[in-house]
Parts: sequence; C-alpha cells; structure tokens
Amino acid sequence: MSDLVVNNVSMVFDTPSGDQVEALQNVSFSLKQGELLSILGPSGCGKSTLMNIVAGFLAPTAGKVSLASTELHGPGSDRGMVFQQGALFEWLSVAENVGFGPMMKGTPKEQIKKTVTELLQIVGLQDFYDKPVYELSGGMQQRVALARCLANDPDVILMDEPLGALDALTREKMQSLVLKLWKETGKTIILITHSVEEALFLGEKLFVMAPRPGRIKQQYELPFAEAGLVEDPREIKASTEFISKREEILSMIWDMEEEIMGQVEMAGD
Amino acid sequence: MVLIQQVKQVIGLSEDGLTKRKTVTFGDTSAVANGRTWSILSVITMAVVWYVGSALEFINPIFWPSPQAVWEQFINISGEGYRNFSLLEHIWASLYRILIGFALGCLVGVPLGFAMGLSEVIKGWFDPVVEFFRPIPPLAFIPLVIIWSGIGERSKIMLLFFAALWVMVIAARAGVGSVKLSKIHAAYSLGASKKQVLLHVILPNSLPEIFTGMRVAMGICWGTVVAAELVAAESGVGFMIMAASKFLATDVVVLGVIIVGLIGYSIDILMRKLEAKLIPWKGKT
Ligand SMILES: Nc1ncnc2c1ncn2[C@@H]1O[C@H](COP(=O)(O)OP(=O)(O)O)[C@@H](O)[C@H]1O
Ligand SMILES: [Mg+2]
Repeated sequence: MSDLVVNNVSMVFDTPSGDQVEALQNVSFSLKQGELLSILGPSGCGKSTLMNIVAGFLAPTAGKVSLASTELHGPGSDRGMVFQQGALFEWLSVAENVGFGPMMKGTPKEQIKKTVTELLQIVGLQDFYDKPVYELSGGMQQRVALARCLANDPDVILMDEPLGALDALTREKMQSLVLKLWKETGKTIILITHSVEEALFLGEKLFVMAPRPGRIKQQYELPFAEAGLVEDPREIKASTEFISKREEILSMIWDMEEEIMGQVEMAGD
Repeated sequence: MVLIQQVKQVIGLSEDGLTKRKTVTFGDTSAVANGRTWSILSVITMAVVWYVGSALEFINPIFWPSPQAVWEQFINISGEGYRNFSLLEHIWASLYRILIGFALGCLVGVPLGFAMGLSEVIKGWFDPVVEFFRPIPPLAFIPLVIIWSGIGERSKIMLLFFAALWVMVIAARAGVGSVKLSKIHAAYSLGASKKQVLLHVILPNSLPEIFTGMRVAMGICWGTVVAAELVAAESGVGFMIMAASKFLATDVVVLGVIIVGLIGYSIDILMRKLEAKLIPWKGKT
C-alpha cells in the first residue's frame, strides 16, 4: 500500500539578516493509504513548510519523506496539490484546467475528455465545461482545483487552506464535497486549515502544531469525518462531543497565541 | 428608438443606469467611465475653432494653415503623391520600418527577458546592459546608426529595433516574475516537465505583461520612426513633414502631423482590440 511516512523532518531557514528560523523540528508521522489528516496551528508554525516538504517543493534540512517505501525527492504527480486560490490557469477553460495533468502526460484526447466529463459531474460543474475559469465563483474555482487534482489520480492529495478564502456557506458545502471525494476515491488526504471546526469535522486524524520550533504538539483521532459521510454535518457540529473538543483545542491554540504574544513583548522590551 | 439606442451604443454614448445613479463620483473611477459625449464635443469645438479662426484670418497661414488648405493638400497628395512617392507609399514606408524593427525587437527581447527571468546568471549578466540602455532615448543613437549604415532602411530599422528591444526585455522579464508560485507548483504536481511549465504556464501567464510591453514599444517605435525620418530619409511621413517645412508648406506639415497622430491612435486602438481578443482574462484574476 502507498503509505506516507514522514521521518524526523526538520527545517531550518536562514533569513537574510543572518538569523535562523526553526520552521520544523523533528516532525514524524505516518499515514496509511486512505487516511484523512487535518493540520491546525497558529500561523507561522510551519504547516505550509511541512506540506511543501511532503509535496517535494522544499528539501528538509534533516529527515526524509517516503511514499510507498520510496524516498521522495522533488514534486511528482503521485502527490496532488490544492491551493487556497489563484492556482488555476486563467488562460485555459474549466475542462482544459481539469485535463491539464493528463495532457502533460500525453493521454489521448478522447480519454482526457471522458475523464474530465466524469470529474466535472462529480464536483457538480458539468454545465461549465467550456467556461473560462475566471468567470466562476470562488467556490466553483476550488471545485475545479479539486477535479484537476483528481484527474491525475494521485495517491496523496495535499491541500493548503483550500477553503480559506470562501464564505461560510460555500465553505460548509465544500467540506461535505471533500468528505464525499475522500470516501469515493479512497485517497490519502492532508488538509491544512486555520478553522478549528473544519479541522475537527474533516480530520480522521488531527494534528495541532505549535511554533518556535514548529512541531506537532497534540494528536487526535476523531470520529466526525466518518460520521459526516452519512449524518447531517450541522448536527455533528452541534453535538456536545464536537463542541467540547472544539473548546479544548481552541483554548490550547489560544494559550499558544498568548505565549507568542508574550515572547514578542519580551523581545520588544 | 431602438435604432438610436444601437447607434449610441456603437459610438460609445450609452450610459449604464447604475453609474448614472452614483452619488460619489469624485474618486470613483468607474463613475467617470462615460465621458464620450464630452470627447465628441471637444473634437467638434477644436474643428470649429480652427475653421473660424482661420476664416477670420487670426493667424498667418504660414504659421498655421486653414482646414481647407490642409484638406486640399490631402486630396492633392493622395492623387499625385509627394516627392516621388504617393501618400500611401510614404505611410507604408514608415509603417514598414516600425513593423520590422518592432518585430525584431520582440523576437530578441522576449526570449532574452524570459531567460533573464528564469536564470540568475543571465539576469546578472544582462542587467547592467539593459538598465543602462533603457533610459537612453533611441534618438540619441541616430548619429551612430547613420555612421554605421548610412541613411538607408537599415539604420532606421536598427534604431527601431533598439527602441523596442529594452521595453520588450523588461516586459517579458516582468511577465515571468508575475507568475504565482502556486501555479508553478500546481503544474509540477500535475506531472509537467520544466519545458511544459515554461510553455504551458510561464508563457501564457506572461502574455498580459508582454502585450502591455508591445503597446508601449509600438508607441515608442512610432514616435522614433517619425523623428528618425525627420533627420534622414527619402520617404516616410516624417520625411514628408521635413521636406515640406523647407518650403514653408505648413499645410503639408500639418497634414503630416495629423496623419502621424491618426495612425498612432489607430495602432493603439488596434492593439487594445487585439489584447481584448487574445488575453480575455487580463485584469480578471
Ligand atoms: N522561505 C522562507 N525563508 C525564511 N523563512 C521562512 C520561509 N518560509 C517560511 N519561513 C518561516 O517559517 C515559519 C513557518 O512558516 P509557514 O510554514 O509558512 O507557516 P504556516 O503555514 O503554519 O503559517 C515562519 O516563521 C516563516 O516566517
Ligand atoms: Mg501557510
């Protein structure tokens, strides 16, 4: 199976002023094929850095990442990315965006068309096949981004705050879509978010990260994503279990932010 | 009624209802979008002032000719030509020079700009050259190019090549720089090779900047070719103006100036139309 293993990964950035930022310190975890992990943490705690390392855009200063027992160096089509916004190709239509990966591989035209039609059906955009992407709403654009990523049939899907720029209602719908796609495709998914609720609802596993140095502070195994496949999302989010977890995590992050503020104040003195 | 509405739309006189109802108009740039009525009035006023002014002989026609005189010269030169060439030949001579010079400037400038945007070595190497030549007005090189290749076509094309080159280098480099890293990352994650990223992401992504550069370069080229023809040429609109001035034929001079203005304006309109057609996503991201 295509298990993802992150082994003792550390990342130290040299800033131009000569300081060093420890963006990640000895981060280790592993995900089985088909697991859904959400990552939460105050900004600057190394979430994006971790994702970029898994995606292969950054080489860690120490440690390694492997997928299906093969060590990873550089990006590849086995790991698909969904970004917050603006990563679609405006010069291409919806269908051409979705078919980009297969086209790069030289897949025959008819087959690309078939895949694209199918995927647009799944994300509910079958009527927008030939539309330019810049005419779509933010939520629709993220659907295109999801479909584009799936068209390549990656083993792992990496999402860096994919729903961060959407309004609350669209966001809830998209969360359900992510769960549906997860169920139907059986992909391993890592999703970064700054919404505690989203992290709880979408994460089968949830890591809360802490900054300076960036590390995994707390890990959770959660039942909500599994439940979200069948039950009403609104009810799950209103359940006492969900709310108590939410408050627990919120107060943890709150404390972290306080600590950061304290450090900043001390440094300022 | 419908017909009037359509005519208004074609000449850009139809206002949209929302804009009309806006109360904050000072500072809201969209609220000043409908100025076409005033433009038409302004042109008519200028024409009337010119006509009446010359009819009342306010100004000596040697300094500024009457519209009739210019019009007569236009008919005359359109029929018989001026100094061995027909009017169209003069216009074509100028256009031909800028087309060749501009095309060469793009052909060299765009790849060089791309290379500079993609490679540290090439950027470092060419930066001093580009930054040095960029602020120099192309006209400053006229004496040099005349020494190099005389007053023939080659010297003018070389001048225009230089005029377009730096603008295009900088536009292409800015185009590469404007690509969002997430687009590049997305492409690599979708399995694209370096070459595919260049061809399918960096190149199309930079088209808006390149096109803006082309519009600027075209404007500079047009100004430069007329000026270059003023100095040394045997044909072209600039040459027409210069030759006429030696005989104090202000009507021909003004005719030439009007033609220069109209063609320059048309080129820009054409480029803008082309831009809207080729790069419909510009400004919408
Ligand atoms: N290219 C870089 N150079 C220097 N420091 C960086 C770079 N990228 C990220 N960092 C630093 O690493 C830390 C983690 O950043 P990031 O992973 O983007 O955090 P997050 O995504 O959790 O908000 C931050 O302190 C950030 O300033
Ligand atoms: Mg981030």
